[in-house]
Amino acid sequence: MLLALVFIPIAAAIAIWAGSPARLTAIVAGIINLVLGLIAASSWLTNPEIGSVTYSVLSKPDIALSFSLYDGMSVVMLLLSVIVLAAAVFSGQCPAGREKLWYSNTLLIAAGAIGAFLSDDLFFFYAFHELALIPTFILIGTLGRRNRKAAAWKITIYLAFGSMVLLAGLLWLVSATEVSSLSFDTLLAASIPGEAQKGIAALLLIGFGTLISLFPFHSWAAPAYASAPAPVAMLHAGVLKKFGLYGLIRLFPLVSEGMQHWLIVLIVLLLGNIIWVGFVTLNQKRLDTMLGNSSVMHMGYVFLAIAALIAAGGEGNSLAIPAAVTLMFAHGVSIALLFALADKVEKQTGTLELQELGGLASKAPTLAFFFGLAGMASIGLPGLANFSGEILVFLSGFANYDPAKGFGPVQIATIIALWGVVISAVYMLRAFRQTFQGPEASSVKSAKNLSLLELAPIGLLTLALLAVGLYPNLILQLLK
Amino acid sequence: MDITWLLFLLPIASAAIGWLLLNKQHTLAAYLSTASVIATFVISVSMLLAGKDTQASFNWASVGDFHVKIGFMADQMARGMMIVVTGVGMLVHVFSLPYMKKDAAKARYFACLSLFMFSMTGIVLSDNFLMTFMFWELVGLSSYLLIGHWYQKESAADAAKKAFLTNRIGDFGFMIGILMIWGIAGSVSFAGIADWASHVGTLTPLMTATLGAATLCIFCGAIGKSAQMPLHVWLPDAMEGPTPVSALIHAATMVAAGIFMMVRFFTCFETGEAHGAPEADHAAVSLIPSFAWTTIAVIGIVTSLAAAFMATQQDDIKKILAYSTLSQLGYMVMAVGLQGSEASMFHLYTHAWFKALLFLGSGAVIYACHHEQNIWKMGGLLKKMPITAITFLIATLALAGFPMTAGFFSKEQILHVANHQGGMLFFIPTVLVAILTTFYMFRLVFVVFFGKNRSENAEHAHEVGPLMFIPLIALTVMAVIAGYEGIAGQMAPLFHHEKVNFGSIEFLSSIGAFIVGLVLAFVFYFNKDEDKLSGNVLSKVFANKFYIDEFYAKLVRVFQDAVAAVVHFFDEILIGGILVGGLSRSAAGFGALFRRLHSGNLQGYATLFGAGALLIIYLTVFVF
Repeated sequence: MLLALVFIPIAAAIAIWAGSPARLTAIVAGIINLVLGLIAASSWLTNPEIGSVTYSVLSKPDIALSFSLYDGMSVVMLLLSVIVLAAAVFSGQCPAGREKLWYSNTLLIAAGAIGAFLSDDLFFFYAFHELALIPTFILIGTLGRRNRKAAAWKITIYLAFGSMVLLAGLLWLVSATEVSSLSFDTLLAASIPGEAQKGIAALLLIGFGTLISLFPFHSWAAPAYASAPAPVAMLHAGVLKKFGLYGLIRLFPLVSEGMQHWLIVLIVLLLGNIIWVGFVTLNQKRLDTMLGNSSVMHMGYVFLAIAALIAAGGEGNSLAIPAAVTLMFAHGVSIALLFALADKVEKQTGTLELQELGGLASKAPTLAFFFGLAGMASIGLPGLANFSGEILVFLSGFANYDPAKGFGPVQIATIIALWGVVISAVYMLRAFRQTFQGPEASSVKSAKNLSLLELAPIGLLTLALLAVGLYPNLILQLLK
Repeated sequence: MDITWLLFLLPIASAAIGWLLLNKQHTLAAYLSTASVIATFVISVSMLLAGKDTQASFNWASVGDFHVKIGFMADQMARGMMIVVTGVGMLVHVFSLPYMKKDAAKARYFACLSLFMFSMTGIVLSDNFLMTFMFWELVGLSSYLLIGHWYQKESAADAAKKAFLTNRIGDFGFMIGILMIWGIAGSVSFAGIADWASHVGTLTPLMTATLGAATLCIFCGAIGKSAQMPLHVWLPDAMEGPTPVSALIHAATMVAAGIFMMVRFFTCFETGEAHGAPEADHAAVSLIPSFAWTTIAVIGIVTSLAAAFMATQQDDIKKILAYSTLSQLGYMVMAVGLQGSEASMFHLYTHAWFKALLFLGSGAVIYACHHEQNIWKMGGLLKKMPITAITFLIATLALAGFPMTAGFFSKEQILHVANHQGGMLFFIPTVLVAILTTFYMFRLVFVVFFGKNRSENAEHAHEVGPLMFIPLIALTVMAVIAGYEGIAGQMAPLFHHEKVNFGSIEFLSSIGAFIVGLVLAFVFYFNKDEDKLSGNVLSKVFANKFYIDEFYAKLVRVFQDAVAAVVHFFDEILIGGILVGGLSRSAAGFGALFRRLHSGNLQGYATLFGAGALLIIYLTVFVF
């Protein structure tokens, strides 16, 4: 079953090149994957071995193409991937005649992401992510909007740099563990001497960090998402970017001591994401770059949970990982929804310049409703998934707080990070106000409401936000 | 299943159905929502009559042993508060039926009212701080949606945004406070905090200071929601919403949530009563250091006084009432800060009835005068709409604390607390506010209902229909009788009977304040066609709300926007240009090298990059 989850999108992409109708094939593959993913996740609760497969590729060192639902985090990431993929194949406005390129590459991005989250072998974990990046670059460079070439170059260079640093870190990590197999089981059972940990931790933070758009390695993200076709922005910001966080959390036990050295650095950087990028976001004049920056900003909150985990040291912080994973899921779904909706705004009005928009809610009330809902989700309104994640992150920041000793660095970081909740409300409500409220601008005169077909992917993502928002235990029960 | 759950389910269901399914059948949505609020009122009354504390909860988010719970705790305070919320809510729904009859988005309006009822119920029945916080945000959302009901209007859209953002600033502090309390007491549930408070003994100085800081952080939430200085600026603007909304949310219930929450918090520390040992009372209360109490009381009285001054020079009927609400909320906050929780809750309870009445009355006036809100364009409405005028007058008397009205009893208790627990520094401003209250309210009454019609709209005004005046009459009854022990003893949350002493300084100053205010208002405004007091420097300062809004606008421009611009600039130059520019230049050099070697286009590079990376991994892994 897990094998099918990875290879259905790949097979569909091949079928599209071979001439099968592009959009239909992609939609069918997306829906099958969604169903399979939901089944896999729900069966995992009773049978954690569900669908595991291993094909040995190399014996010295031991490398295997091996898929399994390694733990609850993999399950949640799988769910995120299949949900966003199913919505992404419906979204965006493919230029006529480019369907093959558009849909096959979209499927390949998802295949890469799902492959990475299901691999329990370090080699394939890395390789699948690389596989997903290539179609991302291609789609931005060829079918993107506005200055797509520059954006494509920027993201390629940045992520290549990130991947190289990461690779160096992973190689050092593997050599330091002195094990002969690259499976997570073997690796995580090993230990790394303290001196090496410090260096490995730094490389992992920079490598993964660049992929996650950790400040100050973030400036590729906003222009790339703004130029990317909607499905690419949805899949990259929503799913693929979580690869770095997933990797950091997965490998954390091996370098937990080494990470201690970088705690303060990490805190400064994550506050850079939240506060610095938050102010950058405030200054955006376009809806798409605003959303792109906001996505960068919100990564800071996941890093905050990781910082809480690092700071806890031997004491442990049982809230941090569930908090981080819940927020990863929530952020992925909400940002995908926002990019899908921003695309609809552009389709209806022909512009994403906030100055040129206004009063769209009168013409397109359903679009306004869902955009408002997604916006509220992203600024952490209770009842929607992001709040469930954020509140757990903030709690994890205070889980090891000892009032008799006063605030530690993580508590101070949490308090500063809370100000970001105000900042994100400002830019999101400002954008909503400018786009949907007030008198009708000339750009919206001929705008139409969402059609029923357009509603399908939006409804799916909204449902996911509501489910986890209303009852976070749905996700948390996977993360025990 | 406990019937109390219906208090949550009915309104949220009618909100969802009304908004999503009935947005074409407006009238049905309106009736559905009204039926749901009537049902919740009946349930609340039955809970009050049963007089039994009930409690239930489920785990909403669990990580290991840590649980965030959603549930209810229907104790006496919550049951009384539910009567206020569902009672005023019900009357506002009924009043809205004719008031919003012709509105194109009636379904959305009623759905949002239901959403508000749901959220407010959550705050009242909550048994822990995290749940309070969640519903706290949700009332903020419903308030945002309802203020911005006519979102096509720039001013309404801006006011909605301002309300939400100002509250967010308060909630920033509130969340920090909750996290700190969690750290200090090891629990976020009210029972857990009370348990900690009764067993902790004496605290170290650092712990005491931390607890005080946490208290003030939590109070930030109340500053936002109950519109206390310096976050009061959103409430007057919130009058952009439909008037029944102002009555329910921005006068009677939501804005009182801050006081309710603070009282909830402080009663956690009054462990003596709960355990039947009154002497333990003071020890627990003194856990919270006096600087926290004093700060709260000072913010309350300053808000009260400033808002009362601002109210004297407003010309918009709803704005006058809005500043009056600010001022009365300031009273309640001051009483909380002076450790007079009972007095504060009592005033909250009586104020809800007569302030809702004043707003609905103003709604009737505005409705009759074709959406005219300037009091100087009204006049002589007593003859045109007698029921509205008389009910409004009675509500004014109650607000002014005229003897034997509901407001009289609660204001007595506020004055008592100010005098006995605060001393002259609090008592004198409290009496001054009482004078100003009578003055600006009778200014309103004289200008609107007496004299001659000053506009065509006022000339053509006539009495509103029964669906509008019945709620007015019902509220008038409450504005008169709600304060008597027989009624209040049953319904008022945390009611504590205090016999009125007719010889006391509180009583004499209360009567004195009423007479002085009334005489001044009569002299300056009875049968006058213009405001003799306007035009001077002082009146300008009052009318412009001490220029606080302008100051904030400037502050936001200078700090937030300027910082954002500067940061944006540096983001481009420093991080985009120098820091990473070097990197991308070298990488671009790499790229150029590859381009010369290979196909040169992006796809080629990307493919090469992928293949190369794979190759490198293969090779390096082999070496090890």
